[in-house]
Amino acid sequence: MPEMPPLLALRRLHKAFGDKQVLRGLSLEVGRGESVVLIGGSGVGKSVTIKIALGLMRADAGEIVIDGASLAAMSGAERATALARFGMLFQGGALFDSLRVWENVAFRLIYREHVNRRAAKAQAIEALAKVRLGPDVAELYPANLSGGMQKRTALARAILGRPDLIFFDEPTTGLDPITADAINALISSLVRDLGCAALTITHDLASARKIADRVAMIHDGRILWEGRPALLNASGDPFVDQFVHGRADGPIQPNL
Amino acid sequence: MNPLAAIGASTLSIFRLIGAAAIFATRALAAAGSPPFYIDQIGRQMLRIGFFSLPVVGLTAVFIGAALALNIYTGGARFNAEQFVPNIVVLGITRELGPVLAALMLAGRVSAAIAAEIGTMRVTEQIDALKTLSTDPMRFLVAPRVLAAVVTLPLLVIVADILGVMGGFLVSVWSLDFNPSVYLRNTIEFLEAADVGTGLIKAAVFGFLLAVMGCFHGDRSAGGARGVGIAATHAVVSAAVLIFAANYVMTALFVER
Ligand SMILES: Nc1ncnc2c1ncn2[C@@H]1O[C@H](COP(=O)(O)OP(=O)(O)O)[C@@H](O)[C@H]1O
Ligand SMILES: [Mg+2]
Repeated sequence: MPEMPPLLALRRLHKAFGDKQVLRGLSLEVGRGESVVLIGGSGVGKSVTIKIALGLMRADAGEIVIDGASLAAMSGAERATALARFGMLFQGGALFDSLRVWENVAFRLIYREHVNRRAAKAQAIEALAKVRLGPDVAELYPANLSGGMQKRTALARAILGRPDLIFFDEPTTGLDPITADAINALISSLVRDLGCAALTITHDLASARKIADRVAMIHDGRILWEGRPALLNASGDPFVDQFVHGRADGPIQPNL
Repeated sequence: MNPLAAIGASTLSIFRLIGAAAIFATRALAAAGSPPFYIDQIGRQMLRIGFFSLPVVGLTAVFIGAALALNIYTGGARFNAEQFVPNIVVLGITRELGPVLAALMLAGRVSAAIAAEIGTMRVTEQIDALKTLSTDPMRFLVAPRVLAAVVTLPLLVIVADILGVMGGFLVSVWSLDFNPSVYLRNTIEFLEAADVGTGLIKAAVFGFLLAVMGCFHGDRSAGGARGVGIAATHAVVSAAVLIFAANYVMTALFVER
């Protein structure tokens, strides 16, 4: 049997904004059901990498391959189908503030799949229950929710489409440590239940160790190191060491 | 930097902006004219753009109609033409002031609000979120606003026409001693369908311009709250300038020679 291609492969991505070269030949793969954690300093291009993978931003060069098929070679409709297999939890939640919580969660059902509103709402309430939000929250608007509840609502929205791969952009940044840990636990269990793959950006090494099958560190526009989280402390790489131990002095210049 | 290079660079960036706006407008038009149509979004925007603008547009029209009547009366008195007040008021309102003033009020009220809303959605990644939910922001956000503005602005202008004429009527009857029935007869007698019709065509075009400018500047905004504020300002200014320019062009096309 031939080896299955990875679910997502980013090949030699380059991306510059004006004179600023952010990605310089970044390559990264995510396998089916695999949890990959992307670490690296602020502004190194972690968010840019996943935006390129999601088709939200164009790379200057390089290739995005989904299930062995290059995105660039696909027709518009094929592209849409391929990208619909991905879910995304944005850093700030990115909930639609003109829509109620349940309408946010059921967005794809209402506006894409034209499920009637009653049925869509029932599914939304089910998805909200999975992220431990009660049906009373469903009628509220996002502005009335706490940060943790907004994250959970966004998570419910991301899992409702039953994606094969979910991207998490700093899911716990800006939350208190207890809420952060609860969100981490929730993400791990949801990802496990769905059997989907995850690509998570985080600064939080404790959570990286908890949720990762593989950790990849971005530096200078490339993946500098990747390996199992248990190897983070023994990477033998001075850059990774500096990041893992959180030291300001070392080969990485602090980005102030 | 060499001054010629600076002039060249800013000229290029202006043309780039105009080009980007033209491409955006074309895509907005294409999205507005083809399915999927988000009926609930269109309805919501029609309420917001049209219905909630009724008070401002109505008040503007009453006052401008009244002021116009007074001005025409004093001016007309210089060559014994006071009796033409009703005819000129209704022509001025339907062909020019109704559509232009309603559009300008909406540029202030609606373009700015659209730019701020879409700008906020841009900087808080809601636009990206829409795309990850397989929804085209051009169709979901821009098309409903453009359609709503194109449909509701002519309706608002009909109201503005009626109220503007009424403003002129009230002033003329109360303080200029016009006979009410004669005033109304003169208002209607010389009015042609084309006077109202061209005004409504203008209104639809202005509606398109002001909605597209709101969406375009909102979509381009970057850099947090400040960027959103700048987008709103740019939307109002560019919508107003385009409305005046388009008004001249259309007037030149519509007047019979
Ligand atoms: N749309 C954009 N326009 C210009 N510069 C951008 C844009 N998006 C990101 N950048 C720049 O690219 C770099 C990487 O950004 P990002 O991927 O968001 O960093 P992070 O690794 O912290 O997520 C940053 O220096 C940022 O300023
Ligand atoms: Mg980021």
